[in-house]
Amino acid sequence: MDIFLQQIINGLVLGSIYALVALGYTMVYGILGLINFAHGEVVMIGALTALTVVKLLAGSGLPGPVIALIGLMAAAPVCMAIGYGIEKIAYRPLRKAPRLAPLITAIGVSIVLQNLAMMVWGRSYHSFPAVLPAEAHEVLGATFTDLQVIIVLVAAGMMAGLLLLINRTRLGRAMRATAENPAIAQLMGVNVNHIISLTFVIGSALAAVAGLMVSANYSIAHYYMGFILGLKAFTAAVLGGIGNLAGAMIGGILLGLIESLGAGYIGDITGGFLGSHYQDVFAFFVLILVLVFRPSGLVGEKVAERA
Amino acid sequence: MAEPLLIVEGLRIAYGGIQAVKGITFHVDPGETVALIGANGAGKTSTLKALARQLDAAGGSVRYQGREISALAPHELVGQGIALVPEGRGVFARLTVTENLEMGAYCRHDKAEIADDLERIFALLPRLKERHGQLAGTLSGGEQQMLAMGRALMSRPRLLLLDEPSMGLAPIMVQKVFEVVQEVASQGMTILLVEQNARLALQVSRRGYVMESGDITLTDAAGTLLDNPRVKAAYLGE
Ligand SMILES: Nc1ncnc2c1ncn2[C@@H]1O[C@H](COP(=O)(O)OP(=O)(O)OP(=O)(O)O)[C@@H](O)[C@H]1O
Ligand SMILES: [Mg+2]
Repeated sequence: MDIFLQQIINGLVLGSIYALVALGYTMVYGILGLINFAHGEVVMIGALTALTVVKLLAGSGLPGPVIALIGLMAAAPVCMAIGYGIEKIAYRPLRKAPRLAPLITAIGVSIVLQNLAMMVWGRSYHSFPAVLPAEAHEVLGATFTDLQVIIVLVAAGMMAGLLLLINRTRLGRAMRATAENPAIAQLMGVNVNHIISLTFVIGSALAAVAGLMVSANYSIAHYYMGFILGLKAFTAAVLGGIGNLAGAMIGGILLGLIESLGAGYIGDITGGFLGSHYQDVFAFFVLILVLVFRPSGLVGEKVAERA
Repeated sequence: MAEPLLIVEGLRIAYGGIQAVKGITFHVDPGETVALIGANGAGKTSTLKALARQLDAAGGSVRYQGREISALAPHELVGQGIALVPEGRGVFARLTVTENLEMGAYCRHDKAEIADDLERIFALLPRLKERHGQLAGTLSGGEQQMLAMGRALMSRPRLLLLDEPSMGLAPIMVQKVFEVVQEVASQGMTILLVEQNARLALQVSRRGYVMESGDITLTDAAGTLLDNPRVKAAYLGE
């Protein structure tokens, strides 16, 4: 079996999920200059909501993809409502406060959401019913499943859609204008509060999709999963250049690849001293390297702004 | 005599405890260009910002088309027909020239007419047409000023507030900017023009107000102000 190709495939799947989550971080940062550390928890709630619905329908005889879609249709509004609420309740009152205040609040919101999820779903791991096609196909000694293909394609579709929205529509233009200068955008008649709410809602919808993907891919979800996932997606956003949409996408895919390849080869590299369960260290290693050597990220260069 | 388009009475603006504008009263009639001149820190920008609802006044009233507007939300103003070209231009550097102009028309929904207006703006400001796909941040200062004015016009305002359109521009560019101001004024636009370049401002205006440390201390027909010895000494460098 070709371990390199196999890890590339795994990395692409993982990276697609990171990219979707990273977009949520980067969009909010782009418009508010705020790291919404509670975003990972929104993914977690999306995952558990979708999983719960899928479980309920698993024996219903409906086709698997339809069940997954219904799960998503349940998770998306829940996540969107939570994203909207987080901004309105936790961040909006602090819009003019020193930067540390919303940061601490973000961590507080994380803890609240985690505990809420624990109350609803308990502390145990929930397994995701095998409703989605999981037969493995083989190419050049590596295997992949239909589910993995679906994940990559859906993620790519969502990202393309987002880029179209942001770059080609009136609404997207208003979002970019607001990100650059809210006071002037307001002069143009843009209701900046609406745009900010919308940014959270869109990011949360992507989080719901990512939540479904991650729980289906690993066949598991639990109340604590948002923390590590959020931290990794944040790393991906920083890697790409936080605030930059394309950067979040590239950073997500890249981080997925780094992690997969790293996990695949870490045993060889360390002579068997460290195993693939050290996969998580790569993300944080990357985060530290980026912060030290290229804090603006890979594509985080600012356009020259002349006076 | 028609009702003034804009009536400002006893407008006060404070930053923290400091009064920047101390109860000024003035008006702008439909179709006229009015200059508001004064030295650095006189309170001109603060006044325009209060009119455009970018900041809350500490007191006084602002009536526009007979209606009190000092309680409107900032984003509602442009829909009422008031457009501000802010000090320092405030173009969206990371949007293209065309996108900046389209932002000016954000609250309009008449697609076909927006397209017509875009062509009209490009005809008025040909430099922008040549650079329509360029990011606004890469334009020269003068071009950015033109863009900021074009963007404001895209909202089809009834009242245009201009804050120091000549600031930081080379004399030749200042000339061009003022030609555009005059052209727009000649088409019937009502303009409140804030300037430090008092001579130019008064030359294109019908009336003028002189502002000194938060108060309006003098008002007259623009031509009369140009001949006023005090104005000459303080603002025209004569
Ligand atoms: N954001 C602010 N915070 C505190 N004080 C301010 C602020 N903005 C303006 N001021 C003060 O208010 C006064 C009036 O400022 P304003 O910008 O309105 O003057 P101006 O007439 O536009 O000056 P200039 O010709 O230099 O643009 C100044 O004393 C200024 O220092
Ligand atoms: Mg000023």
